[in-house]
Amino acid sequence: MSTTMVPPAAPPPKKTNRIGLEVLSYKGGKTTLCAGCGHNSISERIIECFYELGVEPWMVAKFSGIGCSSKSPAYFLNLAHGFNSVHGRMPSVATGAILANRQIIGLGVTGDGDTASIGLGQFMHLLRRNLPLIYIIEDNGVYGLTKGQFSATADLGSKLKTGVINELPPFDCCTLGLAWGATFVARSFSGDKKQLQGILKTAIAHNGLSVIDVVSPCTTFNDHEGSTKSYSYMKDHDEVINEIDFVPFYDEISVEIPEGGVQDVRMHDGSLLRIRKLGRDYDPTNKMHALTALHEADQKGEVLTGVLYVDTTKPTFLDMLNMADEPLATLPQSKTRPPKEALDQIMDELR
Amino acid sequence: MSTLQVAPVETRPRDPERQVVNDFSIQIATVNGSGSQTANSVLMRSIFQMGIPVSGKNMFPSNIAGLPTWFTIRASKQGFIARKKEIDFLIAMNPETAREDVIKLSSGAAVVYDEPLKLNALRSDLHFYPVPFDKLVGPVCPEPKLRKLVRNMIYDGIVANLLGIDMEEMRKALFKQFGRRKAKAAELNMGALAAGFDYAAQNLTKSDPFRVEKMNATAGKIIIEGNAAAALGCMFAGVTVVTWYPITPSSSLVETLIGYLKRFRIDKETGKATYAVVQAEDELASIGMALGAGWAGARSMTSTAGPGISLMSEFVGLGYYAEIPAVIFNVQRVGPSTGLPTRTAQGDLLFTALLSHGDTKHPMLFPSSCEECFTMAIEAFDLSEHFQTPVFVMMDLDLGMNNWMADPFPYPTKPIARGKVLSAADLERLGGFARYKDLDGDGVGYRTLPATKHPAAAYFTRGSGHNENAAYTEREDDYIHNVDRLNHKFESMRTVVSPPVVDYNENASIGFVACGTSHPAVDESRYQLKKEFKVETSYLRLRSYPFNQDLLDFVRRHDRVYVVDQNRDAQLLALMRLEFDPADIAKLRSVRYYGGLPLDARTITDEIVRQEGL
Repeated sequence: MSTTMVPPAAPPPKKTNRIGLEVLSYKGGKTTLCAGCGHNSISERIIECFYELGVEPWMVAKFSGIGCSSKSPAYFLNLAHGFNSVHGRMPSVATGAILANRQIIGLGVTGDGDTASIGLGQFMHLLRRNLPLIYIIEDNGVYGLTKGQFSATADLGSKLKTGVINELPPFDCCTLGLAWGATFVARSFSGDKKQLQGILKTAIAHNGLSVIDVVSPCTTFNDHEGSTKSYSYMKDHDEVINEIDFVPFYDEISVEIPEGGVQDVRMHDGSLLRIRKLGRDYDPTNKMHALTALHEADQKGEVLTGVLYVDTTKPTFLDMLNMADEPLATLPQSKTRPPKEALDQIMDELR
Repeated sequence: MSTLQVAPVETRPRDPERQVVNDFSIQIATVNGSGSQTANSVLMRSIFQMGIPVSGKNMFPSNIAGLPTWFTIRASKQGFIARKKEIDFLIAMNPETAREDVIKLSSGAAVVYDEPLKLNALRSDLHFYPVPFDKLVGPVCPEPKLRKLVRNMIYDGIVANLLGIDMEEMRKALFKQFGRRKAKAAELNMGALAAGFDYAAQNLTKSDPFRVEKMNATAGKIIIEGNAAAALGCMFAGVTVVTWYPITPSSSLVETLIGYLKRFRIDKETGKATYAVVQAEDELASIGMALGAGWAGARSMTSTAGPGISLMSEFVGLGYYAEIPAVIFNVQRVGPSTGLPTRTAQGDLLFTALLSHGDTKHPMLFPSSCEECFTMAIEAFDLSEHFQTPVFVMMDLDLGMNNWMADPFPYPTKPIARGKVLSAADLERLGGFARYKDLDGDGVGYRTLPATKHPAAAYFTRGSGHNENAAYTEREDDYIHNVDRLNHKFESMRTVVSPPVVDYNENASIGFVACGTSHPAVDESRYQLKKEFKVETSYLRLRSYPFNQDLLDFVRRHDRVYVVDQNRDAQLLALMRLEFDPADIAKLRSVRYYGGLPLDARTITDEIVRQEGL
């Protein structure tokens, strides 16, 4: 029986964004983070959002400090230069780079260890200057890369597997951001795909410093034993976490919480995170309301998510410096070396 | 009201056996914050304007107002401008220190003092000139609030008369000091100056041997501080990002730079600045910003002192390992810790050379003069971008904050070279690049800048282990290969950084090695050794690190080499010990001074005499 050669079907047209790039152009290398790590979800959201908005990837510069979260820039936007710097000092590096080339779209990724302890001072001054930068805090309450010490955002009363209890109250990076002058403050959860996408896209559009605190569970070390949240299956799950050589394979946590709604989200170790999402009637232009809302949520043991505050009126650091529009880095010699007459004049003044 | 008499200097009866012309030191002992700085500058300038080589050194406390301060002017017809241990002419304006100031003087010195202090009772071997300052200031300064400041100009007039300084030069210096906008204040001070001169002319009998005579050794020269010279160098080097944190004695470098940038680096067409200056929240942020800017392609710098360098060590290690340009000025002061913030030293040499954990080594430049502060600032930026690494310019408080004569700075003729940076067009032609690959054999790879529009441009910069493609690696072979290349890069610098200045004396069996502000003292010490002990010496002035073959050759050609260190632990010598063979090390001797004052020649000479057994 003869067979007829059927020409292969034409491949479907590749999906491209408004600048003609496929999503592939926004990807990075393969992650080396633990399976189920919240940071991986965030990386995926970054890829999607930059692709969907049609941002030119080579105009982006990725900055990070040190930690598991700070490793993640290698896993997205390979076409963007990256700078994995030193612990807690990423803001200064980002500042210098953006001053050198104000056309750079700055994306900073940091963790709660990197920002809320060693990095607190630079974080504060970054806010004061209102540098145009997207600043994502991948927040899991622990130092993951050094194998599980408390960070300054760890819940009060949370317990390490060794039994050590955290007796210090946590910092809330959103509250700090608001108090120290951030012009965009938002919180999300790595498992809330839709919300995080919305927040990231808004941040990309925002001209100023955007602080995005993303609760990003650590599958390996975040073993809270009955946190301020409700019950947990501590006994059964404890043993699994105790074997530190064995890193359980978990699925990434994914949630769909309605706006204005509250939902308890089960973490990998069984503990519960109570997330309250801001509703449509929330006014994000009132700083005092934002601070009050955060405080009330904290009192109730809830984590408030959404866009908490936006201010589009405040000048950025670049506005204040009256810098040339062209990047300082590539100004020609005619603009950076004054002429001989200038030196002669200065010498005359000193005789 | 007294009028200024611009008359020829009156000659006075003096000891016919001895006249000391254009070769003495004047020390003014006052209280800081009392306005003596103006009077001191005017005095120094008028001597300078008479063609006599001068230096002006301020010894000030770590305080804002109310504590003792001493300003020393050295006049030297031979051009020896290092600090002189002996004070020849004291102006005692601080009652608190007056007694000790007088007791410390050598026999035969002169003292101008406030009459009520009755200092002439203390000694019988000095030339005393009492002056009733309070009685003199009243008539020339009706405003009581200004009297404290104007009072100081009176001693300028007294000294002008006693030393024979041309009053016309003093007037010129005074009006230059105040500038056109403060003509009224200048006139007021001129009155005080004249009052002092007249009082001396009518009431004081000169008995000391010190005087000035016009000569021609300062034609065309300027007077400037090292920090200002460095600032100018940075501006003409094309610096675009300046970060800093205030710290004594470095602050005036960037503060002066800010002033010059505002005047000369605003784009005439757009009215916008072709630079950015950030006063950061601390030194860590300063160096972080400078490195971030250098990474993104700007010529960036920061300036600090020892304590700031300590804070910067982690970031500098990142700059070394990830290969990022930045220029760092270290205006050294006495350490350790807070140390003596207003005293000078060369105490950071070893620390800075090896700054940061792990195997790190950094190039350093050692300016010895204000001309070199200017030229080496420019050199530092070139080196930093060429070798893609932090470069240190090692100054100190003496150089940075004191007054130095200098020849006018040469306008840089070499075009600004930005180093190995690949553009999008280059990438298109080459098809790609590997960030840390040594293509040219000098250990230096090629880099791209962020926002370069080419798919092959981006790479990841990290302070963790990386291979030639800047990819993360923990592999043993990758690591060794990379750090060996960094070492090779450092070795390449030996023939590129400013070579030493060598004065071979074929009759000398001993030689000096020194750097920075040790230079004027060594210069004068060599003269003293020859004149007083008939000892010939050679001299190699180090201008940079890493060292080159010239240094080794110099050591080998002499029996003993005296390495001068302004620190306790002989750090310059230690750096030489790190690389030399035992046979060469055996020839090295150490001369150390670490009291915090600018180095003087006599200290060196005494030490050579002692060690050589002269």
